[in-house]
Amino acid sequence: MDRIDPLDSYRPTLVKKETLLGRYLVRRILQFIPVFFVATAIIFLFVYLMPGDPIRALAGDRQMSPSTRQALRDRYDLDDPFHVQYVKYMGRLFTGDLGEDFRGQQVTEKLAAKLPVTMRLALMAFVFEVVIGILAGILAGVRKNGFMDNLVLASTLVVIAIPIFVLGFIAQYMLGVRLGVMPISYNPSRPTFSLLMPALVLGSVSLAYIARLTRTSLVENLRADYVRTATSKGLSRRRVVGIHTLRNSMIPVVTYLAIDLGALMGGAIITETIFNVPGIGREVYNAVRSQENAVVVGIVTFLVVVYMVANLVVDVLYAVLDPRIRYD
Amino acid sequence: MTEPMTSAALVGAEAIEEIPIGPEGSLWSDAWRLLRRRPIFIISSLLVILMVLIALFPGLFNFPGYNPRDCPLQDARLRPSAEHWFGTDLLGCDYYARVLYGTRVSIAIGIIVTTVATVVALIFGSIAGYYGGLVDTLIARATDVVFAIPLILGGILILSLVGQRGIMQVSAVLILLGWPTMLRLARSSVLAVKENDYVDAARALGASSFRIIRRHILPNALAPVIVYATITVGTIIAAEAALSFLGVGLQLPAISWGLMISVAQNRLRTDPHLLFFPGLFLSITVFAFILMGDALRDALDPKLR
Repeated sequence: MDRIDPLDSYRPTLVKKETLLGRYLVRRILQFIPVFFVATAIIFLFVYLMPGDPIRALAGDRQMSPSTRQALRDRYDLDDPFHVQYVKYMGRLFTGDLGEDFRGQQVTEKLAAKLPVTMRLALMAFVFEVVIGILAGILAGVRKNGFMDNLVLASTLVVIAIPIFVLGFIAQYMLGVRLGVMPISYNPSRPTFSLLMPALVLGSVSLAYIARLTRTSLVENLRADYVRTATSKGLSRRRVVGIHTLRNSMIPVVTYLAIDLGALMGGAIITETIFNVPGIGREVYNAVRSQENAVVVGIVTFLVVVYMVANLVVDVLYAVLDPRIRYD
Repeated sequence: MTEPMTSAALVGAEAIEEIPIGPEGSLWSDAWRLLRRRPIFIISSLLVILMVLIALFPGLFNFPGYNPRDCPLQDARLRPSAEHWFGTDLLGCDYYARVLYGTRVSIAIGIIVTTVATVVALIFGSIAGYYGGLVDTLIARATDVVFAIPLILGGILILSLVGQRGIMQVSAVLILLGWPTMLRLARSSVLAVKENDYVDAARALGASSFRIIRRHILPNALAPVIVYATITVGTIIAAEAALSFLGVGLQLPAISWGLMISVAQNRLRTDPHLLFFPGLFLSITVFAFILMGDALRDALDPKLR
């Protein structure tokens, strides 16, 4: 005999937390796939539409025989329609082949050659951001409206407002030309030292945002009930701020770090141009100028994939680390 | 009430005086009373008004007889002096006049991009937030795709395929890449407002969805969007200058701060003034908009009070 429970639909279904997390991860990854394909297709479409004849650019002033021309066009699939070129490109992408430039050098090789410099630059910028940014944010946030708070708020606002390339030139001129304490461009024999200034410039804007974000988050959390509880239990201020509040205040900062990776990549192009750093950013820039479609698409796709995967990883880490995040 | 407030959001800065002072005790009248007494807000809005005035009427601030396009080559690379306040550039043009006229493209691009992006974000953001479901999912996925392409990288890619790059082309690309953040903000703001009782009340009284969105949701969801729009004007001006600096933004003979800095970059040792003055104006303009957005947020976000 069937028994219908009238309250059935109102009862919360008890599902294990692990199952929820698993479902969330699967859904998040399923969302990632179409975004990945559409984004790469859009990038590829723009490059496909680029005007000018790259083969002619390759020939320069010299005349090229029609048969050589045709051979090159065939070799780089330039006569195929858009979707065929895109499918072929994606096929190669998944086998780890990012294409080659018109001189026959593999984009992957180029990436491998340039990546270490950019990685070093980005990593140094990242350390500056996280260490100085969070420290300044804490100093500002523990006493709202105090001297440090106003100092941090004012100085970060100035840094945010000055465009990165103006900041780069100011640093280059003051520290490099006038005072002469820093090298004005990249020096392969002293990579870390000569990258100090570019890294600080590259990280400066994010540093300022992180400081402000940490401060705001800390100020908000310090008003929470659990902080009052901790204080009334007799815990020291240092422990209340350092252990209880700070952990919860880092959530927006971690999200920002993932989003910020995109700004870091864009900023790297400018910073590498100013300080003459032979990294990926300058390579993208040079490739766009010489219409090396394969190199541009290869590197930009790589950067976009890195960016998207980083965001995915942060979302997943979040769900695992913070039990309060709802999986929807 | 929606109409004047939307326009205030769009031009962000200079129209701030026009924000209607609502009935006593409303968010807007409170904010306005607070803002009038904030020196930071007064300073930043004066700077914004000044920059907009320079952009609209550069001739008013220029000295008679100095033309940014009239360049006697024998006067090339003069240092700043009483005759040429900011010196002269590599071709002998008066640099003060050029920096003044450069304000125009920066302000124009900043305001065009922010206006269009805000309108797009408000329309699609309220549709996504209000209706939810499939429409929301579609809009969210489109946002994700654009979000996956960083601004400067995407800007370089797209702009390098455009042969003739003027204000319209650069603006179009920045709009294309810039709307997702604004849309997410508008959507979440609409979502928060949608839950209010007065929205249910309006629906119970038989108001159409369009009327509910226009009269009840948008006016109340607008505050964070206005704050962000003001800051965006500054961000976009900086992005335009960066793209022009990299050689994929505006092209000569356009007069733009980014281009001036790009030309000056190899002269850092010999003629630092060529870099200093456009850099200074650029920084002040971006600073003014960001500062103003900051002051607006303090006034419009009751949580921080």
